[in-house]
Formats: sequence, C-alpha cells, structure tokens
Amino acid sequence: MDNNLTKIYNRSLKGPLIFFVVIMLLPFIFQSNNYILSTFIMIGFYSLVTTGLTLLIGYAGQISLGHAAFYGIGAYTSAYFTATLQMPSWIGILVGAIIASLVSLIIGIPVFKLKGHYLALATLGFGVIIFTFFKEWKTITGGLNGFFGIPPLSLFGISFSTDFQFYFLIWIFVFLGIFFARNIVQSRVGRALMSIHGSEIASEAIGININKYKLQIFVLSAVYASIAGSLYAHYVTFINPQLFEMMTSIYFLIMVVIGGIGNIWGGLIGAAIYVFLGELLKDIVPKIIPNASGEFEIVFFGVLLVVILIYMPNGISKAIFHFIKRITSSFKNKPVSAFSKKSTGSDIHD
Amino acid sequence: MTEETLLKVENLSKSFGGVNAVENVSFEVKKGEIVAVIGPNGAGKTTLFNLVTGVIPATSGKITFKGVSIIGKRPYQIASLGMTRTFQNLQVFNNMTVIENVMTGSHIRLKTGILSSGLRLPNVYKEEKEVMQKALQCLEQVGIADLAFERAETLPYGNQRLLEIARAVAAEPSFILLDEPMAGLNPQESRNLVNVLKNMRKQGMTFLFVEHDMETVMSIADKIVVLDYGKKIAEGTPEEISSNPKVIAAYLGEEEAI
Repeated sequence: MDNNLTKIYNRSLKGPLIFFVVIMLLPFIFQSNNYILSTFIMIGFYSLVTTGLTLLIGYAGQISLGHAAFYGIGAYTSAYFTATLQMPSWIGILVGAIIASLVSLIIGIPVFKLKGHYLALATLGFGVIIFTFFKEWKTITGGLNGFFGIPPLSLFGISFSTDFQFYFLIWIFVFLGIFFARNIVQSRVGRALMSIHGSEIASEAIGININKYKLQIFVLSAVYASIAGSLYAHYVTFINPQLFEMMTSIYFLIMVVIGGIGNIWGGLIGAAIYVFLGELLKDIVPKIIPNASGEFEIVFFGVLLVVILIYMPNGISKAIFHFIKRITSSFKNKPVSAFSKKSTGSDIHD
Repeated sequence: MTEETLLKVENLSKSFGGVNAVENVSFEVKKGEIVAVIGPNGAGKTTLFNLVTGVIPATSGKITFKGVSIIGKRPYQIASLGMTRTFQNLQVFNNMTVIENVMTGSHIRLKTGILSSGLRLPNVYKEEKEVMQKALQCLEQVGIADLAFERAETLPYGNQRLLEIARAVAAEPSFILLDEPMAGLNPQESRNLVNVLKNMRKQGMTFLFVEHDMETVMSIADKIVVLDYGKKIAEGTPEEISSNPKVIAAYLGEEEAI
C-alpha cells in the first residue's frame, strides 16, 4: 500500500525556499530605505511570537492573552544582562528564554486546569501581573522611565547595528522558528496537540497526557516570544513597560487569528497584515479624520477581527494558499479533478 | 481461549449527590471474551464505562486491569496499560484527516518528543513511515482504507464509528470498550460492524460494550451483564439472560408491555 507521507503532510521546500530567497533579496532593493527595512524587521519580531502562539492557539486549541509578558521577559532580561551586567548578547537571549520557560511552566501548571474563557482570563491576569513587575521593579527595569542604552546585538563576533544587518538576522530566526514549528506539527507531537483541540476526552482515551502537551507547547510558545523580545530590545535599544502591556498580547492574538489558526505560516501572514495595515492607517486616517488619536488602530483591528471571524474563520492564510495552489496548478496545466483537489489541497498541514 | 481475567470490577459504586448511578456492581471480563452491558435508559451503563476508563472517579469499589488497580489513575494512564474506548456521541478529531485520526491513535506506541520532532531527527521519519503504514492497516481492518485522506468530518455517521474503532485499535490495546457502537447505524452498517468485531475477536481482542440493539448483543456477546437503576440484576450467557425473569421484568418486559 502507498504509504507516502507527502499524502498527509506538505513537506515541500519549494514554496518556502522561493519565499526565503525573495525575503533575503528585498533588503538589497531597499538598501537605502530604512522605513521599509524597519517595517519588515517589525514583521519579523511579531512573526516569531505569533508562530509560537499559532502552535498553542491554532493547533492545541488553547488561548493565551498574556504573551506580551514573555516578549517583555525576553526584552528586559537581554537589556539587563547586556547593558547592566555587560555580558554578551547570546547570554541575554539564553537567560531570557530560560526565565520565560520557567515562568511559563510555573504559571502553566495551575492555569491549564482551566478551559475556554477562564483560561483566557487567567492568562490575561498573568499578563497584568508581569506588566506590573516591569513597571515597579525599578532597580532592574527602570520603571515607567524605561530602560535606556541597550547595546546593539552582537552574535558570532558580528555586530548587528544597522537595519540592513539586523534584517537578515531576524528573518533567519523567523525561518528557523517556522521550520521548527512545522516539523513539530507534522509529527506525533503535532497530532497530539491537534487531538486536544479536536476532543480532549478522546485524546486522553488513546493515552495522550493532555496536560503535559498543553504545558510543553505553552512553554515553547513562551520561548519563541522571549527570543523575539530579546532581539527586539537590542534592535530598538530603548524599552519601557507599555510596550509589553495587555494590548500587545491582544494584538498578538489578532495577528494569529487574522493570519489563520491551523496553518504554520498563518502567524507570519497575520503579522505582515497587521504591520502593513497599521502603517497604511497611520498614513490615511489623519487625512480623513484630522483629529483622530492613536486609538483608531484598535477600533479598526477589532472590526477586522470580527469580519475575519465571520467570513474567513480559517484566516487569510487559507485564502492565500488556495490562490497560490490555483496559480501553480494552472501553470502546470494540470486538470483539477475532484480527487487531486482533495489530496493536494490546503487540507494538508503546511 | 484462555481463562485469564483481564478486567475485574468489584463492588463498584458511584453516586452523584444523592443519586446512585452505579451501585455495588461486580463482574469480570476474561481475555478473548465479548461482554455486553445492557439495561434500560439511565441504568448507569455509560457511567460504568466512564468509571472503568478513568473519566470520572469512583465513589467506592475496586477495578483491576491485568492485575493492576486502576482506581485513581488518569484516563491516559489507563490507556497506556492497553485499554482504549469509543464514545456514544462520536469523538472523532474533526480537525484532521481520517488517517491522521488513526495515526494519533498510535500515540502511546511512538516515542518522538517535542525536541526531536522540531529538529526532525532521522528516526522521526522512520517512525512516521511506520505509523502511517500501521494506520492504513487499521483502516483496512474496519474497511474504510479508501477514505484515508478525507477530512474526518466529511465522513457519514457509520464510517465515523468505524473510524473511532480503527483509532482505538491503533493503540494496539488488549481491551476495547465500545459505547453503543450500533447507535445510528443502518442495518447494513450494523451487520458490517458486527463482522468487523467478530474478526477482531478472532485475532484475540477483548471487548466490553454497551448496546441497545438486542439482536447484536445476542449474536456476538459471550456474556451479558444487565444493569437496572445502577445495580447488576443479572449476568450470564445470552440464553440465560433472555430467559431470566428479572431481566424480562426490568427490560424486555417493559417493551412487551408497550
């Protein structure tokens, strides 16, 4: 019998490779345009966070409204270790990831006894607590005045001080993060996560320790967020607690949902849409409503979220992948029979 | 057929508040047997299943599986001892394809963890190949291998039942609990399922099942346990049960009165 794994999982490297090359070529085209570069760098940070969150939300079906806290833990740990303690960047990133995983483990054990709305509220509360720590633990974080003078990132003896250099670094992290996540999804662990989403009772009945997997993936997503936060701190060189408050967590969630839960590229797509639309809004809204404050953003994304949930519950990535499939299949001039549509369509887990 | 006892339930009770859903129930299941649990609606059959599989804790009593006490164990721990189940109201993983459902069923037979899967270490590929082959065999066994790559939710009801059985089998258990496997099936699907179960029994599988369809129960059960209001009122072969006055009064009698 045909037991070719590609019938279940899309492990093709062609699409991702083309995308990677395009991403890696972009900075050479926009070398002198720091605005474009910094926009893409922001997408990179968010993508890293949302890829981890997609594993948690999209695959395991659990929610977190507190991931800005882990993003912040990474940022402040890196800031403290490199600026205050004068240690190398990689130590800051590593210690940040370790702290984030310990905190997520300690928080996760009681919190994952809850489900649905209760889980959402508990993680929200956790985010608020950590935000208060950032604000009040002034000897380390600098409180509301912020943390100044974080040195530029330096790894493997290379200093990433310009946007041009940083761009490559963050996007390599993003791609590594996505591939790690994709490998997880297409394995025993990924199936266990999806089974929790599908039916917890059936999942346990076939021997899956659902609490263990919920915790593991929560910790992993916290590490993704922490690494993104560490890199972010080095990039902006100045951080303050407001960057890691509740709204940031909610924006992360919006990115994941817009991009599409249940697709490993959804996080990246959601992050890109969020950043591009945000920039576009900053440009357009003041022209239409001259006195509009920054709050219009949350209104707009709130409405967008509702619209997406109603009309595209699987997110925009699904639509995009359908579109790409159509184009590539029309190029190959393959007849799209009912069967080939089923076995090669976007039901396959990317 | 050996006389080895696989499951032993002793004086098992469960009360919800003041209601005794299951009261002092004792019975045994021997290796290779098909045992049916019957009883009128609300007799405590599903509660009994949930107690045995660890979904809800027992109030008192003992359950031993393969000589190990499973009281207080979590469902996943009980499953890893070799006991899996299907559900009365289907619990298929709708977010996956049919074959992925069955591959998930093999979870306890595999080793890949989060790090080795993320890094896609060489043994992961080998394991995935094997589990896919195994899943196809399980689907073949219940006769829906041709639907392997369909979304699970698109399957008709009867096939979803078969899928749940294939998923339960994929864990290579020694004991499967079936909660009303015939519910919602048309006569042809029922006959098919009966054949599937009979074939599995030939290969040494042991079953405990709850069923309303008396024709099925009489045709495949080696032993029948009858519950009424949470108590065991009879136990025996299909012939013994069908002539037992208590059972007729409590269960079959009711139907005759209508």
